[in-house]
Amino acid sequence: MTSDAHPFMNRVAIAGIGETEYSRASGRSEARLALDAILSALEDAGIDKSEVDGLMRWSVDTTPEEEIAANLGISDLAWFGEVSQAGNVGAALVAHAAAAIATGLAKVVVIYRGVNGRSGRRYGRGEVTGRRGQGAAAYTEPFGMLTPQHNLAMFTRRRMHEFGTTSRQFGWVAVSEREHANRNPRATFYDRPLTIEDHQSSRFVIDPLRLYDCCLETDGGGALVLTSAERARDLRKPPALIRAAAQAGLSQRGIDTAATWNAPRLWAQAEVRPDEIDVVQIYDHFAPFVIFALEDYGFVARGEGGPFVEGGGIRWDGGKLPVNTSGGHLSEAYLQGMNQLLECVRQTRGESSSQVADAHLSFCDTGIGTGSIILERDR
Amino acid sequence: MNVTRPDFPLPVPSEDGAEFWEHLHAGEFRIQQCASCARLQHPPRTVCPGCGSAEHEWAQMSGRGSVFSFVVTHQAVHPAFEGHTPYVTVLVELEEGPRLASNLLDVAVDEVRIGMPVQVELVRVSDEVTLPLFRRAE
Repeated sequence: MTSDAHPFMNRVAIAGIGETEYSRASGRSEARLALDAILSALEDAGIDKSEVDGLMRWSVDTTPEEEIAANLGISDLAWFGEVSQAGNVGAALVAHAAAAIATGLAKVVVIYRGVNGRSGRRYGRGEVTGRRGQGAAAYTEPFGMLTPQHNLAMFTRRRMHEFGTTSRQFGWVAVSEREHANRNPRATFYDRPLTIEDHQSSRFVIDPLRLYDCCLETDGGGALVLTSAERARDLRKPPALIRAAAQAGLSQRGIDTAATWNAPRLWAQAEVRPDEIDVVQIYDHFAPFVIFALEDYGFVARGEGGPFVEGGGIRWDGGKLPVNTSGGHLSEAYLQGMNQLLECVRQTRGESSSQVADAHLSFCDTGIGTGSIILERDR
Repeated sequence: MNVTRPDFPLPVPSEDGAEFWEHLHAGEFRIQQCASCARLQHPPRTVCPGCGSAEHEWAQMSGRGSVFSFVVTHQAVHPAFEGHTPYVTVLVELEEGPRLASNLLDVAVDEVRIGMPVQVELVRVSDEVTLPLFRRAE
């Protein structure tokens, strides 16, 4: 780190992580899933719940901060908040929480989510995510675009047209991630292999997206405990230092994802180049968005993401840049960015089931380029 | 003209976007245009994203455009789709620049291509609502 480093750099750490089991029917409330994950994360960090003075969550979730605070017996909540939009705000939450800690507004902030995304509210269903023709949906829903998948499929088709990216290349994303899931006992598809032929023969859901291009639907919870790097060094686990965190609005335009705006901020703040990153997590609600993120964050040039994944460029086993090493949303679980953040921390600690040797810098995108973080292993 | 359509949600116009739908229902395909800097904008905005003006006009479109992108919905991910899949949704780029989502009339699912020239056709779908749909242009 240089003396004129960004004032945010490495001053805050993710000190604890927690998660529940992933299932299709959790049998408990979303509040309970969140609390189970939070208590597990605090245990992992070695921080007592009485020290938590900040809580943050995805605005689309159902369990408000005050309900968590009441359950944890926290009466003095110094920092709380939600980031709006959709599932894509994981990195933004880390940025907000870290900014609060770096400026002394809070000491220990927990970011949490608990979702019954399969047995309860299913995000892939139009009657759940649809807006009954109101607001911006007035211009899309009357024509049968009722789910986020419709917009993303539309984007995908045009990008395939521009750069020649193929469905078979999407298949390489799905198969590479499945291999990682097959090494991860927590993963939904731990014991189910997948081949390119399986992918290519799977039915279209919304063409050009096939069944195995699509994320899982999952019940589960996850939590992150953030505190100052200084404090984190005295805790139970090695700190995952937050080297950089950046966000950008949901501003995909034409063929550009929001990484067009987010990535320059992130790399400048982190003072590293994409080729210095050891391992990558990318929000993969749909397989092609792994390729688009690799391109738009500058890991590869535009149009080269497809050829890069083809043949195994993102595989843990022999790949040049391992991506979604826990299996991602396609094969581990769909906690909308939370499971990518958890895996990013594990890689920094050396705890992944597909651990990249000497992973020093770990990158995580949490949705269509709208937010990203870089974690650093403490020296 | 009337066509049989799935029971998709009908547009619920916002205060600032109502005029787009009013023009359609009156038989005119107009897109919001800034009265100050002439920027075309779709969907309609409250103020011009270019110059900030709140004064809008509604520019008559030629109705000509081409398919910028398209998707084919195979799985009924909404009760309204049951029995209506597969169906195509297109993103049309108008000759004048703006893009809008729509459906095609009388084009088979496997015939849709990016770049296909299309022409608008206004279709009354209820007593209150007319939608801008598109037909293949020669």
